[in-house]
Amino acid sequence: MAAVYQSEASPLYQYVLGLGDDALVLGQRWCEWLSKGPNLELDIASSNLALDLLGQAELLLGYAAEVEGKGRTADDLAYLRDAHDFRNHWLVEQPNDNWGVSIARMLMFSLYQYHRLEALTKSRDTFLSEFASKALKEVTYHRRFSAEWTIRLGQGTEESSRRVQKGFNDLWRFVPELFETIESEHALAEEGVAVASVDLRGSWEADLDQVLEQAGLVKPEGTGRLMGSRHNGHHSEHLGMLLCELQYLQRAYPSSAGANW
Amino acid sequence: MMSVVGNTVQERPEEQPCSSEEAALWAVLSEVMDPEVPALSVLDLGIVRAVRVAVPRVDGAGGSVEIDVTPTYTGCPATALINEIITAASVSTGFTDTRVNSVLSPAWTTDWISAEAREKLRVYGIAPPSGDAPSGKAALFGVSPVVACPQCGSKQTEQVSEFGATACKAMYRCTSCLEPFEYFKCI
Repeated sequence: MAAVYQSEASPLYQYVLGLGDDALVLGQRWCEWLSKGPNLELDIASSNLALDLLGQAELLLGYAAEVEGKGRTADDLAYLRDAHDFRNHWLVEQPNDNWGVSIARMLMFSLYQYHRLEALTKSRDTFLSEFASKALKEVTYHRRFSAEWTIRLGQGTEESSRRVQKGFNDLWRFVPELFETIESEHALAEEGVAVASVDLRGSWEADLDQVLEQAGLVKPEGTGRLMGSRHNGHHSEHLGMLLCELQYLQRAYPSSAGANW
Repeated sequence: MMSVVGNTVQERPEEQPCSSEEAALWAVLSEVMDPEVPALSVLDLGIVRAVRVAVPRVDGAGGSVEIDVTPTYTGCPATALINEIITAASVSTGFTDTRVNSVLSPAWTTDWISAEAREKLRVYGIAPPSGDAPSGKAALFGVSPVVACPQCGSKQTEQVSEFGATACKAMYRCTSCLEPFEYFKCI
Protein backbone atom coordinates (compact mmCIF):
# COMPACT_ATOMS: atom_id res chain seq x y z
CA MET A 1 0.00 0.00 0.00
CA ALA A 2 2.99 2.30 0.51
CA ALA A 3 3.09 3.16 -3.17
CA VAL A 4 -0.42 4.51 -3.15
CA TYR A 5 0.24 7.89 -1.65
CA GLN A 6 3.63 8.64 -3.07
CA SER A 7 4.09 12.11 -4.36
CA GLU A 8 7.08 14.11 -5.49
CA ALA A 9 5.68 17.31 -4.01
CA SER A 10 6.63 18.36 -0.49
CA PRO A 11 4.29 17.17 2.28
CA LEU A 12 3.64 20.75 3.40
CA TYR A 13 2.62 21.76 -0.14
CA GLN A 14 0.25 18.79 -0.36
CA TYR A 15 -1.23 19.57 3.03
CA VAL A 16 -1.80 23.28 2.40
CA LEU A 17 -3.15 22.51 -1.06
CA GLY A 18 -5.72 20.20 0.56
CA LEU A 19 -6.83 22.97 2.93
CA GLY A 20 -7.02 25.48 0.08
CA ASP A 21 -8.91 23.19 -2.29
CA ASP A 22 -11.50 22.38 0.37
CA ALA A 23 -12.18 26.10 0.78
CA LEU A 24 -12.16 26.84 -2.96
CA VAL A 25 -14.51 24.02 -3.94
CA LEU A 26 -16.98 24.56 -1.12
CA GLY A 27 -16.87 28.31 -1.82
CA GLN A 28 -17.85 27.57 -5.42
CA ARG A 29 -20.74 25.39 -4.23
CA TRP A 30 -22.04 28.32 -2.15
CA CYS A 31 -21.67 30.61 -5.18
CA GLU A 32 -24.09 28.31 -6.97
CA TRP A 33 -26.82 29.27 -4.50
CA LEU A 34 -26.69 32.91 -5.64
CA SER A 35 -30.04 34.04 -7.00
CA LYS A 36 -31.49 30.66 -6.03
CA GLY A 37 -31.58 30.99 -2.23
CA PRO A 38 -34.81 30.08 -0.42
CA ASN A 39 -35.26 33.77 0.39
CA LEU A 40 -33.38 37.05 0.00
CA GLU A 41 -31.63 36.84 3.39
CA LEU A 42 -30.33 33.37 2.66
CA ASP A 43 -29.26 34.38 -0.81
CA ILE A 44 -27.10 37.04 0.82
CA ALA A 45 -25.93 34.62 3.50
CA SER A 46 -24.83 32.21 0.77
CA SER A 47 -22.67 34.85 -0.89
CA ASN A 48 -21.13 35.72 2.48
CA LEU A 49 -20.27 32.09 3.14
CA ALA A 50 -18.83 31.84 -0.37
CA LEU A 51 -16.76 34.99 0.12
CA ASP A 52 -15.28 33.82 3.40
CA LEU A 53 -14.30 30.51 1.83
CA LEU A 54 -12.88 32.15 -1.30
CA GLY A 55 -10.87 34.55 0.85
CA GLN A 56 -9.47 31.59 2.77
CA ALA A 57 -8.76 29.73 -0.47
CA GLU A 58 -6.85 32.70 -1.89
CA LEU A 59 -4.57 32.90 1.14
CA LEU A 60 -4.03 29.15 1.35
CA LEU A 61 -3.37 28.62 -2.35
CA GLY A 62 -1.07 31.64 -2.32
CA TYR A 63 0.90 30.03 0.47
CA ALA A 64 0.87 26.62 -1.25
CA ALA A 65 2.34 28.27 -4.35
CA GLU A 66 5.01 29.92 -2.24
CA VAL A 67 5.89 26.61 -0.56
CA GLU A 68 6.05 24.94 -3.95
CA GLY A 69 8.51 27.59 -5.13
CA LYS A 70 7.89 27.22 -8.86
CA GLY A 71 6.66 30.74 -9.41
CA ARG A 72 2.98 29.81 -9.56
CA THR A 73 0.31 32.03 -8.00
CA ALA A 74 -2.97 31.37 -6.18
CA ASP A 75 -4.80 32.08 -9.46
CA ASP A 76 -2.63 29.57 -11.34
CA LEU A 77 -3.50 26.90 -8.79
CA ALA A 78 -7.22 27.72 -8.82
CA TYR A 79 -7.68 28.09 -12.57
CA LEU A 80 -5.01 26.06 -14.28
CA ARG A 81 -5.25 22.67 -12.64
CA ASP A 82 -7.40 19.75 -13.72
CA ALA A 83 -9.60 17.71 -11.41
CA HIS A 84 -6.92 15.07 -10.83
CA ASP A 85 -4.63 17.71 -9.35
CA PHE A 86 -7.19 18.82 -6.78
CA ARG A 87 -6.79 17.59 -3.20
CA ASN A 88 -10.15 18.55 -1.66
CA HIS A 89 -12.34 16.08 0.21
CA TRP A 90 -15.18 14.43 -1.70
CA LEU A 91 -17.73 15.85 0.73
CA VAL A 92 -17.26 19.44 -0.44
CA GLU A 93 -17.55 18.67 -4.16
CA GLN A 94 -20.94 16.94 -3.88
CA PRO A 95 -23.78 18.86 -5.55
CA ASN A 96 -25.88 21.28 -3.50
CA ASP A 97 -29.08 19.36 -4.26
CA ASN A 98 -31.61 21.17 -2.03
CA TRP A 99 -31.23 23.56 0.90
CA GLY A 100 -31.53 20.73 3.44
CA VAL A 101 -28.69 18.79 1.85
CA SER A 102 -26.52 21.91 1.52
CA ILE A 103 -27.05 22.72 5.19
CA ALA A 104 -26.28 19.16 6.30
CA ARG A 105 -23.03 19.28 4.32
CA MET A 106 -22.13 22.72 5.67
CA LEU A 107 -22.68 21.60 9.25
CA MET A 108 -20.53 18.50 8.82
CA PHE A 109 -17.78 20.46 7.11
CA SER A 110 -17.89 23.56 9.33
CA LEU A 111 -17.59 21.45 12.50
CA TYR A 112 -14.63 19.72 10.90
CA GLN A 113 -13.03 22.94 9.71
CA TYR A 114 -13.57 24.55 13.09
CA HIS A 115 -11.67 21.87 14.99
CA ARG A 116 -8.99 21.66 12.32
CA LEU A 117 -8.38 25.42 12.43
CA GLU A 118 -8.51 25.52 16.21
CA ALA A 119 -5.68 22.97 16.30
CA LEU A 120 -3.76 24.81 13.58
CA THR A 121 -3.70 28.05 15.58
CA LYS A 122 -0.93 26.30 17.52
CA SER A 123 0.98 25.27 14.41
CA ARG A 124 4.71 25.90 14.38
CA ASP A 125 4.29 27.12 10.83
CA THR A 126 3.84 30.89 11.20
CA PHE A 127 1.56 31.29 8.20
CA LEU A 128 -0.69 28.39 9.22
CA SER A 129 -1.08 29.61 12.79
CA GLU A 130 -1.79 33.21 11.73
CA PHE A 131 -4.17 32.07 9.01
CA ALA A 132 -5.99 29.72 11.37
CA SER A 133 -6.52 32.43 14.00
CA LYS A 134 -8.05 34.65 11.34
CA ALA A 135 -10.22 32.04 9.60
CA LEU A 136 -11.41 30.51 12.87
CA LYS A 137 -13.43 33.67 13.54
CA GLU A 138 -15.23 33.29 10.23
CA VAL A 139 -15.80 29.58 10.58
CA THR A 140 -17.26 30.13 14.06
CA TYR A 141 -20.10 31.92 12.29
CA HIS A 142 -20.43 29.22 9.62
CA ARG A 143 -20.73 26.57 12.31
CA ARG A 144 -23.37 28.53 14.15
CA PHE A 145 -25.30 29.33 10.97
CA SER A 146 -25.42 25.72 9.83
CA ALA A 147 -26.21 24.42 13.34
CA GLU A 148 -29.13 26.83 13.63
CA TRP A 149 -30.45 25.88 10.22
CA THR A 150 -30.10 22.18 10.92
CA ILE A 151 -32.22 22.66 14.02
CA ARG A 152 -34.75 24.85 12.21
CA LEU A 153 -35.17 22.36 9.40
CA GLY A 154 -35.18 19.36 11.73
CA GLN A 155 -37.81 20.94 13.95
CA GLY A 156 -39.71 22.46 11.02
CA THR A 157 -42.18 20.65 8.83
CA GLU A 158 -42.23 16.97 8.00
CA GLU A 159 -40.82 17.85 4.59
CA SER A 160 -37.98 20.08 5.86
CA SER A 161 -36.99 17.43 8.39
CA ARG A 162 -37.07 14.72 5.72
CA ARG A 163 -34.82 16.75 3.42
CA VAL A 164 -32.15 17.64 5.95
CA GLN A 165 -32.15 14.07 7.27
CA LYS A 166 -31.68 12.83 3.72
CA GLY A 167 -28.70 15.18 3.45
CA PHE A 168 -26.99 13.54 6.42
CA ASN A 169 -27.91 10.06 5.21
CA ASP A 170 -26.67 10.58 1.66
CA LEU A 171 -23.46 12.36 2.62
CA TRP A 172 -22.53 10.09 5.50
CA ARG A 173 -20.38 7.90 3.26
CA PHE A 174 -18.01 10.84 2.76
CA VAL A 175 -17.36 11.27 6.48
CA PRO A 176 -14.59 8.68 6.99
CA GLU A 177 -12.44 10.46 4.40
CA LEU A 178 -12.45 13.62 6.53
CA PHE A 179 -10.53 11.77 9.23
CA GLU A 180 -8.29 9.66 7.03
CA THR A 181 -4.72 10.57 7.90
CA ILE A 182 -1.92 9.67 5.53
CA GLU A 183 1.65 9.13 6.62
CA SER A 184 2.94 12.52 5.54
CA GLU A 185 0.18 14.23 7.52
CA HIS A 186 1.14 12.23 10.61
CA ALA A 187 4.73 13.32 10.06
CA LEU A 188 3.75 16.99 9.75
CA ALA A 189 1.63 16.64 12.88
CA GLU A 190 4.58 15.20 14.79
CA GLU A 191 6.64 18.21 13.77
CA GLY A 192 3.88 20.42 15.19
CA VAL A 193 3.03 21.86 11.78
CA ALA A 194 -0.24 20.13 10.92
CA VAL A 195 -2.96 18.37 12.84
CA ALA A 196 -3.63 14.66 12.29
CA SER A 197 -7.22 14.58 11.01
CA VAL A 198 -7.88 11.33 12.87
CA ASP A 199 -7.53 13.23 16.15
CA LEU A 200 -10.43 15.53 15.26
CA ARG A 201 -13.09 12.88 15.11
CA GLY A 202 -13.96 12.83 18.83
CA SER A 203 -14.77 16.51 19.14
CA TRP A 204 -16.46 16.49 15.73
CA GLU A 205 -18.80 13.67 16.75
CA ALA A 206 -19.58 15.34 20.08
CA ASP A 207 -20.61 18.60 18.39
CA LEU A 208 -22.60 16.83 15.72
CA ASP A 209 -24.45 14.68 18.27
CA GLN A 210 -25.43 17.79 20.18
CA VAL A 211 -26.87 19.53 17.14
CA LEU A 212 -28.65 16.45 15.79
CA GLU A 213 -30.23 15.83 19.15
CA GLN A 214 -31.62 19.37 19.33
CA ALA A 215 -32.79 19.07 15.75
CA GLY A 216 -34.54 15.77 16.41
CA LEU A 217 -32.55 14.11 13.65
CA VAL A 218 -30.93 10.70 13.56
CA LYS A 219 -27.21 10.19 13.14
CA PRO A 220 -26.70 7.84 10.20
CA GLU A 221 -24.92 4.58 10.77
CA GLY A 222 -22.30 2.68 8.89
CA THR A 223 -19.12 3.70 7.20
CA GLY A 224 -18.39 4.22 3.57
CA ARG A 225 -15.38 3.49 1.50
CA LEU A 226 -14.60 5.70 -1.46
CA MET A 227 -13.56 4.35 -4.84
CA GLY A 228 -10.29 6.24 -4.70
CA SER A 229 -8.29 8.77 -2.78
CA ARG A 230 -8.03 12.51 -3.14
CA HIS A 231 -4.31 12.11 -2.47
CA ASN A 232 -4.03 10.31 -5.79
CA GLY A 233 -6.26 12.78 -7.59
CA HIS A 234 -9.35 10.58 -7.53
CA HIS A 235 -12.66 12.39 -7.22
CA SER A 236 -16.35 11.86 -7.81
CA GLU A 237 -17.66 12.86 -11.24
CA HIS A 238 -19.02 16.11 -9.78
CA LEU A 239 -15.68 17.88 -9.42
CA GLY A 240 -15.07 18.06 -13.15
CA MET A 241 -18.44 19.71 -13.73
CA LEU A 242 -17.79 22.20 -10.95
CA LEU A 243 -14.41 23.12 -12.42
CA CYS A 244 -15.97 23.60 -15.87
CA GLU A 245 -17.84 26.57 -14.43
CA LEU A 246 -15.16 27.76 -12.03
CA GLN A 247 -12.45 27.77 -14.69
CA TYR A 248 -14.53 28.69 -17.72
CA LEU A 249 -13.30 32.25 -18.20
CA GLN A 250 -9.65 31.40 -17.76
CA ARG A 251 -9.90 28.52 -20.21
CA ALA A 252 -11.89 30.46 -22.81
CA TYR A 253 -9.57 33.47 -22.60
CA PRO A 254 -6.15 32.33 -21.37
CA SER A 255 -3.92 34.99 -19.84
CA SER A 256 -1.92 35.38 -23.02
CA ALA A 257 -5.13 36.43 -24.75
CA GLY A 258 -5.94 38.99 -22.12
CA ALA A 259 -7.93 37.45 -19.24
CA ASN A 260 -6.35 39.19 -16.28
CA TRP A 261 -8.24 40.05 -13.16
CA MET B 1 2.93 55.31 39.15
CA MET B 2 1.76 54.36 35.74
CA SER B 3 1.54 50.80 34.67
CA VAL B 4 1.85 49.93 31.03
CA VAL B 5 -1.09 48.01 29.67
CA GLY B 6 -0.01 46.33 26.48
CA ASN B 7 -3.48 46.07 25.08
CA THR B 8 -4.05 49.81 24.63
CA VAL B 9 -0.97 50.04 22.46
CA GLN B 10 -2.28 47.13 20.47
CA GLU B 11 -5.69 48.72 20.05
CA ARG B 12 -4.78 52.17 18.80
CA PRO B 13 -1.43 52.10 16.97
CA GLU B 14 -1.89 55.70 15.77
CA GLU B 15 -1.59 56.87 19.37
CA GLN B 16 1.91 55.48 19.76
CA PRO B 17 4.85 57.88 19.65
CA CYS B 18 5.96 58.48 16.10
CA SER B 19 7.94 60.89 13.97
CA SER B 20 6.34 64.08 12.66
CA GLU B 21 6.27 62.60 9.16
CA GLU B 22 4.41 59.55 10.46
CA ALA B 23 2.05 61.75 12.45
CA ALA B 24 1.28 63.67 9.27
CA LEU B 25 0.39 60.46 7.50
CA TRP B 26 -1.77 59.20 10.39
CA ALA B 27 -3.68 62.49 10.10
CA VAL B 28 -4.20 61.94 6.37
CA LEU B 29 -5.38 58.37 6.96
CA SER B 30 -7.94 59.56 9.49
CA GLU B 31 -9.75 61.13 6.53
CA VAL B 32 -9.71 58.01 4.37
CA MET B 33 -13.18 56.54 4.67
CA ASP B 34 -14.18 52.89 4.40
CA PRO B 35 -15.90 52.45 1.02
CA GLU B 36 -18.59 50.14 2.41
CA VAL B 37 -19.19 51.96 5.70
CA PRO B 38 -18.44 55.57 4.77
CA ALA B 39 -19.25 56.76 8.29
CA LEU B 40 -15.95 55.31 9.48
CA SER B 41 -12.38 56.07 8.51
CA VAL B 42 -9.86 53.28 8.09
CA LEU B 43 -8.42 54.35 11.46
CA ASP B 44 -11.83 54.21 13.14
CA LEU B 45 -12.10 50.63 11.94
CA GLY B 46 -8.67 49.83 13.35
CA ILE B 47 -7.41 48.15 10.19
CA VAL B 48 -4.27 50.27 9.80
CA ARG B 49 -1.78 48.56 12.09
CA ALA B 50 1.47 50.43 11.46
CA VAL B 51 3.04 53.25 9.49
CA ARG B 52 6.79 53.26 8.92
CA VAL B 53 8.40 56.15 7.11
CA ALA B 54 11.74 55.07 5.60
CA VAL B 55 12.52 58.29 3.75
CA PRO B 56 10.94 61.56 4.94
CA ARG B 57 9.48 63.96 2.39
CA VAL B 58 11.52 66.91 1.19
CA ASP B 59 9.36 69.93 0.41
CA GLY B 60 6.32 67.70 0.68
CA ALA B 61 7.44 65.15 -1.91
CA GLY B 62 9.64 62.13 -2.51
CA GLY B 63 8.83 60.30 0.73
CA SER B 64 8.93 56.54 1.15
CA VAL B 65 6.63 54.65 3.51
CA GLU B 66 5.30 51.23 4.38
CA ILE B 67 1.77 50.87 5.75
CA ASP B 68 0.52 47.67 7.41
CA VAL B 69 -3.17 46.97 6.85
CA THR B 70 -5.10 43.98 8.16
CA PRO B 71 -8.27 42.68 6.46
CA THR B 72 -11.50 42.56 8.43
CA TYR B 73 -12.50 39.27 6.77
CA THR B 74 -10.24 37.16 4.53
CA GLY B 75 -12.75 37.38 1.69
CA CYS B 76 -13.77 41.02 2.13
CA PRO B 77 -14.09 42.29 -1.46
CA ALA B 78 -13.38 45.84 -0.28
CA THR B 79 -9.83 44.94 0.78
CA ALA B 80 -8.25 45.63 -2.61
CA LEU B 81 -10.09 48.94 -2.93
CA ILE B 82 -9.17 49.97 0.62
CA ASN B 83 -5.50 49.28 -0.09
CA GLU B 84 -5.78 51.35 -3.26
CA ILE B 85 -7.37 54.38 -1.63
CA ILE B 86 -4.88 54.25 1.24
CA THR B 87 -2.05 54.18 -1.30
CA ALA B 88 -3.61 57.02 -3.28
CA ALA B 89 -4.02 59.19 -0.17
CA SER B 90 -0.44 58.53 0.90
CA VAL B 91 1.02 59.19 -2.56
CA SER B 92 -0.91 62.43 -2.95
CA THR B 93 0.48 63.58 0.42
CA GLY B 94 3.98 63.26 -1.00
CA PHE B 95 4.94 59.70 -0.13
CA THR B 96 5.62 58.87 -3.75
CA ASP B 97 6.93 55.46 -2.81
CA THR B 98 4.12 53.89 -0.76
CA ARG B 99 3.88 50.21 -0.06
CA VAL B 100 0.81 48.68 1.59
CA ASN B 101 1.44 45.33 3.30
CA SER B 102 -1.40 43.01 4.13
CA VAL B 103 -0.84 41.54 7.60
CA LEU B 104 -2.85 38.67 9.09
CA SER B 105 -1.62 38.69 12.65
CA PRO B 106 -2.88 39.67 15.10
CA ALA B 107 -6.24 38.96 13.50
CA TRP B 108 -8.55 41.95 13.28
CA THR B 109 -11.19 42.18 15.95
CA THR B 110 -14.16 44.50 16.39
CA ASP B 111 -12.58 45.42 19.77
CA TRP B 112 -10.33 47.73 17.74
CA ILE B 113 -13.28 49.91 16.76
CA SER B 114 -12.99 52.90 19.10
CA ALA B 115 -15.79 54.23 21.31
CA GLU B 116 -16.21 57.36 19.15
CA ALA B 117 -16.35 55.18 16.06
CA ARG B 118 -19.09 53.05 17.62
CA GLU B 119 -21.15 56.19 18.19
CA LYS B 120 -20.53 57.25 14.55
CA LEU B 121 -21.78 53.85 13.43
CA ARG B 122 -24.94 54.16 15.51
CA VAL B 123 -25.69 57.64 14.18
CA TYR B 124 -25.14 56.30 10.66
CA GLY B 125 -27.83 53.68 11.36
CA ILE B 126 -25.70 50.59 11.98
CA ALA B 127 -25.85 49.05 15.45
CA PRO B 128 -22.26 48.86 16.75
CA PRO B 129 -20.76 45.55 17.91
CA SER B 130 -21.74 44.68 21.46
CA GLY B 131 -20.34 42.11 23.85
CA ASP B 132 -17.67 39.61 23.03
CA ALA B 133 -17.04 37.59 19.94
CA PRO B 134 -18.72 34.18 20.09
CA SER B 135 -16.29 31.46 20.98
CA GLY B 136 -16.06 27.93 22.28
CA LYS B 137 -19.07 25.76 22.93
CA ALA B 138 -21.48 28.64 23.43
CA ALA B 139 -20.99 29.70 19.83
CA LEU B 140 -22.29 26.39 18.48
CA PHE B 141 -25.84 27.47 19.10
CA GLY B 142 -27.37 30.84 18.50
CA VAL B 143 -27.03 32.92 21.60
CA SER B 144 -27.57 36.20 19.80
CA PRO B 145 -26.43 39.29 21.68
CA VAL B 146 -28.97 41.90 22.78
CA VAL B 147 -28.66 44.63 20.19
CA ALA B 148 -30.20 48.06 20.70
CA CYS B 149 -32.02 49.59 17.74
CA PRO B 150 -29.83 52.41 16.32
CA GLN B 151 -32.99 54.39 15.47
CA CYS B 152 -35.09 54.32 18.65
CA GLY B 153 -32.75 52.68 21.16
CA SER B 154 -35.21 49.90 22.00
CA LYS B 155 -33.72 46.56 22.99
CA GLN B 156 -36.76 44.75 21.64
CA THR B 157 -34.99 43.58 18.51
CA GLU B 158 -34.61 40.31 16.69
CA GLN B 159 -32.10 38.84 14.29
CA VAL B 160 -33.35 38.37 10.74
CA SER B 161 -30.17 36.90 9.33
CA GLU B 162 -26.69 36.09 10.58
CA PHE B 163 -25.27 37.58 7.39
CA GLY B 164 -25.95 41.00 5.89
CA ALA B 165 -24.99 42.99 2.82
CA THR B 166 -21.33 42.76 3.80
CA ALA B 167 -19.47 40.00 5.65
CA CYS B 168 -19.08 42.17 8.73
CA LYS B 169 -22.79 42.78 9.34
CA ALA B 170 -25.89 40.83 10.38
CA MET B 171 -29.49 41.86 9.69
CA TYR B 172 -31.83 42.77 12.52
CA ARG B 173 -35.27 44.26 12.96
CA CYS B 174 -36.65 46.39 15.76
CA THR B 175 -39.96 45.14 17.09
CA SER B 176 -40.68 48.51 18.75
CA CYS B 177 -40.28 50.97 15.88
CA LEU B 178 -40.42 48.20 13.23
CA GLU B 179 -37.33 49.51 11.41
CA PRO B 180 -34.95 46.98 9.91
CA PHE B 181 -31.29 47.70 10.62
CA GLU B 182 -27.80 46.30 10.28
CA TYR B 183 -25.66 45.13 13.16
CA PHE B 184 -21.86 45.16 13.01
CA LYS B 185 -20.96 41.64 14.18
CA CYS B 186 -18.39 40.93 16.86
CA ILE B 187 -15.39 38.98 15.69
